[in-house]
Amino acid sequence: MSAVYVWVETFKGKAAPSSWEALGAGKVIAGKLGVPLTALVFGENADAIAAEAGTYGADNVIVSADATLNGFRLEPYAALLSKLVADNKPKAVLAIGTSRGRELLAASAADTDSGLLTEVTSLDVQGDGTIQVVRPTYAGKIISEAVGTASGTQFLALRGRAFKASEMNAGAKANVTTVPAVLSEDAIATKIEGFEEEAGSVNLTDAAIIVSGGRAMANNPKEAPAGTADAAVWKAQDGFENTLKPLADVLGAAVGASRAAVDAGYIPYAHQVGQTGKTVSPDLYIATGISGAIQHQAGMRTSKVIVAINKDPEAPIFKLARYGLVGDLYKIVPALTAELKKRLGK
Amino acid sequence: MHVVVFTRSTPDTAAKVEVGANGSVTWGDAATVVNPWDEYALEEAILQAKNAGGKTTVIAIGPEMHNEALKHSLAMGLDEAARVWDDALDGTDSLAYASAAAGAVKKLGDVELVIFGKENVDVGTDQQNYQTARKLGWTMLSYVSKILAVDYNAKTIKVERLLEEGKQIVTSKLPAVISVMKDINEPRYPSFIGIRKASKAVIPVWSLGDLGISLPATQTRTLKYSNLPVREGQVEMIEGTPEEQAAKLVDRLLEEKVL
Repeated sequence: MSAVYVWVETFKGKAAPSSWEALGAGKVIAGKLGVPLTALVFGENADAIAAEAGTYGADNVIVSADATLNGFRLEPYAALLSKLVADNKPKAVLAIGTSRGRELLAASAADTDSGLLTEVTSLDVQGDGTIQVVRPTYAGKIISEAVGTASGTQFLALRGRAFKASEMNAGAKANVTTVPAVLSEDAIATKIEGFEEEAGSVNLTDAAIIVSGGRAMANNPKEAPAGTADAAVWKAQDGFENTLKPLADVLGAAVGASRAAVDAGYIPYAHQVGQTGKTVSPDLYIATGISGAIQHQAGMRTSKVIVAINKDPEAPIFKLARYGLVGDLYKIVPALTAELKKRLGK
Repeated sequence: MHVVVFTRSTPDTAAKVEVGANGSVTWGDAATVVNPWDEYALEEAILQAKNAGGKTTVIAIGPEMHNEALKHSLAMGLDEAARVWDDALDGTDSLAYASAAAGAVKKLGDVELVIFGKENVDVGTDQQNYQTARKLGWTMLSYVSKILAVDYNAKTIKVERLLEEGKQIVTSKLPAVISVMKDINEPRYPSFIGIRKASKAVIPVWSLGDLGISLPATQTRTLKYSNLPVREGQVEMIEGTPEEQAAKLVDRLLEEKVL
């Protein structure tokens, strides 16, 4: 029996909340094709997550809780997904295009010689059963429309925050089927030796609000301590930590940065938003001291509301912004943090 | 020891990319450059080959415009370059790319390590990296931010990977395909002598027949490209003292329901 598959991504025994966005998109396709919606849950705590997938609208759940699947590794996950696809020939396989989702879907599409469309921001089922999608390309500078074939399985990696999560219904239950893993531990070359979690950080691609800093973070009025090798770097790092971070904290936001700030050593690369960093589309993006080079715009232009804070009224970022504040970020940001604390009662 | 890197030419990241009147993608007079992510892959290949006393080959799959990236690679110090192209590859998708890439690696025969940049900055795809590994049947290690150890005798590799939640350390087996992140190294600029040498290089073109492969059927196709909806000219400037600006902005953000 054919179906639409949705891979539920997990981390440390918990479902990634963005998986319910993929389930929401899968439900639309399954409804139009008149086939059941099947969630795939692999690894640690799979049974509890399978029940959760049921409450989010999955008709069926395929579970594999083998110990080899604890902690994502491409080899055992792809081997299992490819076998499920080859055996059951689903119409489509969906996942959110996170780092894991992208490589899992790509690997399995290659194993089964199936089509794959990535960075999907909207989709529709055509009369002939093909799935047509919209995806940004050229780093979000233009949009493309693409389509798969009517036969075979269509793999779709969706952009996070582009689809509405399916509704939760606490009473809903899915039919759960358990399958064995395909690879034994001996057959898996890759072994996880360690993991160093970045403490207290909010994932940029999942964040509903992002506060970003640019080159002007170096205009911190604070004096660098005597003997500091590079005063500009010290000032900018202090600004990210003691001016921008408090604003992010009161908003529950993630901290982003422009390439200029990263290249200058003000903040680690993991925070970079833009063409050679992360692509984000939060509800609110606050760009402080960022001029808005085309490479930066490429990574954040799909944000719902953009606020720009910049000294230079001619900065290109104001052309993209909904709200513009001309002035010194080191005066405006603390004022904004204080105002938000007052208004949000924090 | 033989390291292979895949690269391509892409429009400069500062280029204004648009859809022209005839529906095709244009970037005006802007230059094409080596895919920025690939510079880290190319540098890493040079470093790995130097450490192990091995050699490097850089390969592009695509029409003649990709010679530019290959010449840049040679100028950086890669030993050999080749381009794979065949009319049958025109209009295909990542499955065909991966099959051709795997075919090229097999043609070279003695390869232990294949390095890709994290993604193609122009079309935003990275699936060819993982799909090449699957077509080769090799280990895939993606998002590598550091190569911690490689042992070509024991055929083992240990790397640090940069994931959403933090850094992961993994060990695996060679041969392997890896994709590298921006902070893995500091790519060198081509030297003057390198540029002169590269300008004289004749880059061989391998057809699918040369690789001895046929392609899987193409399963996806692009229907059309369009420009983004215009966002400009909608800005509301908020004025006053910093405190007044902050208060007015919070009013607007509460109205927008984004807090």
